[in-house]
Amino acid sequence: MGKTLFEKIWEKHLVTTIEGGPSVLYIDKHLIHEVTSPQAFKGLSKRGLHVFRPQQVVATADHNVPTIDQHLPIREELSRKQVDALKENCADFGIELYGLGHPFQGIVHVIGPELGITQPGMTMVCGDSHTSTHGAFGTIAFGIGTSEVEMVLATQCLLQTKPKLMRINVEGNLNKGVLSKDIILHIISLISASGATGYFVEYAGSAIRSLSMEARMTICNMSIEMGARGGLIAPDEITFQYMKGRRFAPSGDAWNEKLVYWKTLQSDTDAVFDHELHIRAEDIEPMVTYGTNPGMGTGISQHIPTLDAIEEKERPNFTKALQYMGLSAGAPIRGQKVDYVFIGSCTNSRIEDLRLVADFVKGKKKADEVEVWVVPGSKQVEAQAREEGIDKIFEEAGFQLRGPGCSACLGMNEDKIPAGKYCISTSNRNFEGRQGPNARTLLASPLTAAVAAITGKVEDVRDYINL
Amino acid sequence: MSKLSLIQSTAIPLPIENVDTDQIIPARFLKATTRDGFGKNLFRDWRYENDDEQQPKKDFVLNSGRYSGQILLAGKNFGCGSSREHAAWAIKDFGFHVVVSSFFADIFRNNALNNFLLPVTVSPSFLDMLMSAVEQDPKTLINVNLPAQTITLVATGASESFDINPYKKECLINGYDDIDYLLSIRDKIEAYEKETGI
Repeated sequence: MGKTLFEKIWEKHLVTTIEGGPSVLYIDKHLIHEVTSPQAFKGLSKRGLHVFRPQQVVATADHNVPTIDQHLPIREELSRKQVDALKENCADFGIELYGLGHPFQGIVHVIGPELGITQPGMTMVCGDSHTSTHGAFGTIAFGIGTSEVEMVLATQCLLQTKPKLMRINVEGNLNKGVLSKDIILHIISLISASGATGYFVEYAGSAIRSLSMEARMTICNMSIEMGARGGLIAPDEITFQYMKGRRFAPSGDAWNEKLVYWKTLQSDTDAVFDHELHIRAEDIEPMVTYGTNPGMGTGISQHIPTLDAIEEKERPNFTKALQYMGLSAGAPIRGQKVDYVFIGSCTNSRIEDLRLVADFVKGKKKADEVEVWVVPGSKQVEAQAREEGIDKIFEEAGFQLRGPGCSACLGMNEDKIPAGKYCISTSNRNFEGRQGPNARTLLASPLTAAVAAITGKVEDVRDYINL
Repeated sequence: MSKLSLIQSTAIPLPIENVDTDQIIPARFLKATTRDGFGKNLFRDWRYENDDEQQPKKDFVLNSGRYSGQILLAGKNFGCGSSREHAAWAIKDFGFHVVVSSFFADIFRNNALNNFLLPVTVSPSFLDMLMSAVEQDPKTLINVNLPAQTITLVATGASESFDINPYKKECLINGYDDIDYLLSIRDKIEAYEKETGI
């Protein structure tokens, strides 16, 4: 029997297996940030330990940093202390830090790929659930808790039980106006926010193969939103083209040697998955969420489900979610007014996302009553956007282009959506209070968000772009 | 290090599904650099009006005064979303030792185990039965026996067994953690690195 892509990488990284227990998995790259690492460093110090392989750890500050006036000291005291603690810990333990002001600073899942740190066949972890993003390169990448951050710092290993494997095949041609964000929101709406719990997902099929690396990252990023530990896509020419010449990618002979190995990283044709799902790309339309978990989404032309369409046991949660959102069962989602537009997060803050938005808004103005925040994923994305004149397009449209960070995706810094307001967001979570206490989040693609910025409403992008 | 073995306690019912870690502890309370004190912000936005500790929401289960105990009963897919271990710290700091649900999100389950907070997975019908019993009588006692891997409604003797990885079970009972184990096999890790040329 053949092997899956996941199994090929997993088996290569097994140090040992405890009888009847978990396996010891070797971790190639460990990314850390200010929020989930300080307690891990404290733990190391308490045990009198060093970081075992500091050269395999990379740090940045992203979750808790302001997105305006980044050159000034952080005003909020607790945030400043946390970012300072990261600086001290990295200096004390010999870890490379791309902190505020560094040209490589940015959201941890944006900078890993753009610097060529993320490579096919690796195992990667970070104290952040969206570490699944890196799976787009054919990498086993998953989020961990702080105790596990401490384990990896101390030993470069983790105790893990092999997950079940699911393959999701998306075949066919995507409709115009449908982006990779719509694909993943469609999948999650089909299988629910817990539909892949216990699984690692491989995305395959012609529609996935046709996507750029940045689009693939958006899909893998949201694997966790259906409960999956991670998601991955077999590397191919598109992957290699993206990686070539990146700062920490191999070069010369080392590149050629790696390339031979990377090309073996695919599931064998006779590999067996515990579960397999087939989706037709033609069935996917621009998506938007109406509820308080990412599984509560619908195609833009559809209505919010009626109560009878919901299983009886799920009805209290459904009703609670709609109450929170101030929306009605059976109502159309199209036409819903929005107050804020947030374009950013590790899901959709890369240069392609910003280009798509800029192409659409060029020469247009935002709706008067809407506030629009564009938060690039990294300093490099920001610099590229300025080089291409995207900053001018946003300025003329009345959008605010801010400095890089996680920002309003999780409302940890001051970028919060006020109570009761609607925010169409390119981020990954519409949980209650995620973007601020009582804020109401509608998840959508960057294109759908761009249309909402101009019209002030949730609209079907297909009515606004040249088909 | 703490240890877990037998817990007999009353319970607090939270019959909500998909309780994500942003509800357990919102991101704006993750700014501390220590593991302590997160309990006071557990379920912060469900507990207080207008983010104000002076305005507790009377109908929320932690404020009602009706329930208390070391066991939290919660709907399916508990702990989904963000990997923040602060969620497990907050639950533990509040005084819970066990969370019972019909299933847990993966990262939360690991985080809980690493903090000697026992996630007990039961069948949906058993969970419903426990919830009803506790809602009817808040003094209802539930017994969790980790060595025997059983959870029992004391009054009726209704019982179900639960799964736990044998390695993790040993860790919880004896107060070991994964780092102790990983440090003990450092020679194997170094041998792996040599062999694979890392």
